[in-house]
Amino acid sequence: MCGIVGLFTKTDALRPTLGRHLSEMLITMSDRGPDSAGLAVYGADSPGMVKITVQADDPALLGKLDVPGAAVRVIDTHAVLTLPQDAATAVEAQLRATGGLRVMGRGERIEIFKEVGLPADVARRFALADMQGTHGVGHTRMATESAVTTDGAHPFSTGPDQCLVHNGSLSNHNSVRRRLAREGVAVSSQNDSEVAAAYLTHEMAGGKDLGQALTSALDDLDGFFTFVVGTKTGFGVLRDPIACKPAVMAETADYVAFGSEYRALAPLPGIDTARVWEPEPAKVYFWEA
Amino acid sequence: MQIHDLATADLRSLNAALQAQAARTNQTEWEVLNPRGAHAIAVGLDAPLDVTVKGSTGYYCGGMNKQARITVTGSAGPGVAENMMSGTVVVEGDASQYAGASGRGGLLVVRGNASSRCGISMKGIDIVVGGNVGHMSAFMAQKGSLVVCGDAGEALGDSLYEARLYVRGAVKSLGADCVEKEMRPDHRADLERLLAAAGLDHDPGHFRRYGSARQLYHFHVDNAGAY
Repeated sequence: MCGIVGLFTKTDALRPTLGRHLSEMLITMSDRGPDSAGLAVYGADSPGMVKITVQADDPALLGKLDVPGAAVRVIDTHAVLTLPQDAATAVEAQLRATGGLRVMGRGERIEIFKEVGLPADVARRFALADMQGTHGVGHTRMATESAVTTDGAHPFSTGPDQCLVHNGSLSNHNSVRRRLAREGVAVSSQNDSEVAAAYLTHEMAGGKDLGQALTSALDDLDGFFTFVVGTKTGFGVLRDPIACKPAVMAETADYVAFGSEYRALAPLPGIDTARVWEPEPAKVYFWEA
Repeated sequence: MQIHDLATADLRSLNAALQAQAARTNQTEWEVLNPRGAHAIAVGLDAPLDVTVKGSTGYYCGGMNKQARITVTGSAGPGVAENMMSGTVVVEGDASQYAGASGRGGLLVVRGNASSRCGISMKGIDIVVGGNVGHMSAFMAQKGSLVVCGDAGEALGDSLYEARLYVRGAVKSLGADCVEKEMRPDHRADLERLLAAAGLDHDPGHFRRYGSARQLYHFHVDNAGAY
């Protein structure tokens, strides 16, 4: 099953309370995905600085992180390192080489928090309700294609400031994974959704914008999917042509919101007067700040 | 008027109260507040009740309905009026996928648009949609009528049996074995009756009728190569 929530702000109105809205939305989707939950939040950036989110099953490891020049903020099993852009690639490589650490994502604005457990517990552990930002994407997981692990939880981030969440199951993810591997793109988990994320990253690295990358996904990815994706300044939605996986959207002057069900949108301010609609199958929806 | 506020009382007690109403109850008027997309609101009713849900509902609102008139003032999630037996379900907004699926009787009215698979496997229900319907609507429809006042998506009426489909706007494509058919006086009367029941005043002359070519009913040995 799985549940997806997303919120993209068009004005400042909801930015100070973005985390509260997204965590309320996430918790409404608990019975669609009680296995794991996660959230990607696009917060403030600092010129010349990059954020790297890491996870460790043993949080003691995070307290011992020694990265010169980096500010480290530890939250439960995650830590967000903020460091100068020119050091980021070397530091990321060092972090990836450190036993017990997982790199969740990197970018100027993205922070990613995801763990195994009920959405309410995950939201509480990471104080998601206190986060601020311009947009965010959340997911509650009912696992189908790979094990219930932190690595299998969504969102997946395979490129700077990019993230993807998925409801569905891809049937050709192994062949796409092999194709990506031949082209030098490694997918770290056995998860089908991570392949979709890596696919989009690869397409965008080749020069496409998110809308174009999503359009080519309609040809190259086979199976059931509703995707919600985030970039540094953008927010996109795509459903496969059969569109079995549910989706509902709402738009007001202040925001665009996505929910797997209307229940997820019900807590939003102004929802009673919002334009609410079901996104069309095989149609790319994309908002850019 | 019985008022049940889902913000303060649970869904199970609402459905239990509605299902417990006797056929001759004098508590016929019900209002449900704060549905907030909850699933399975007002399902399995079997009394001539008039239930108004003030807001939008989630999965399966009005499922298995008998006799009752259920109105949703907002939009309805997937499977609204699924397997309805009799009575009326009215959605003032849009309906999500498989609205009226496998319904055996009664009338479903969607004033806005219905998405994919509207009326899938319908078995006698009448469905009137004020706007458009999505792809694969009336898939394997067996009996009853689907009236679409707007446009129909891809593969309308795929593999259908004896249901009657009336579309006022454009049909993106017809599914396997679905063909346009002549609108005879009895069809026109059927359509007039359905439009009137839905409170719509479209001219029946602006609709086209589609139905089964009946070529998939029996196995043809000439088609063996296709299996």
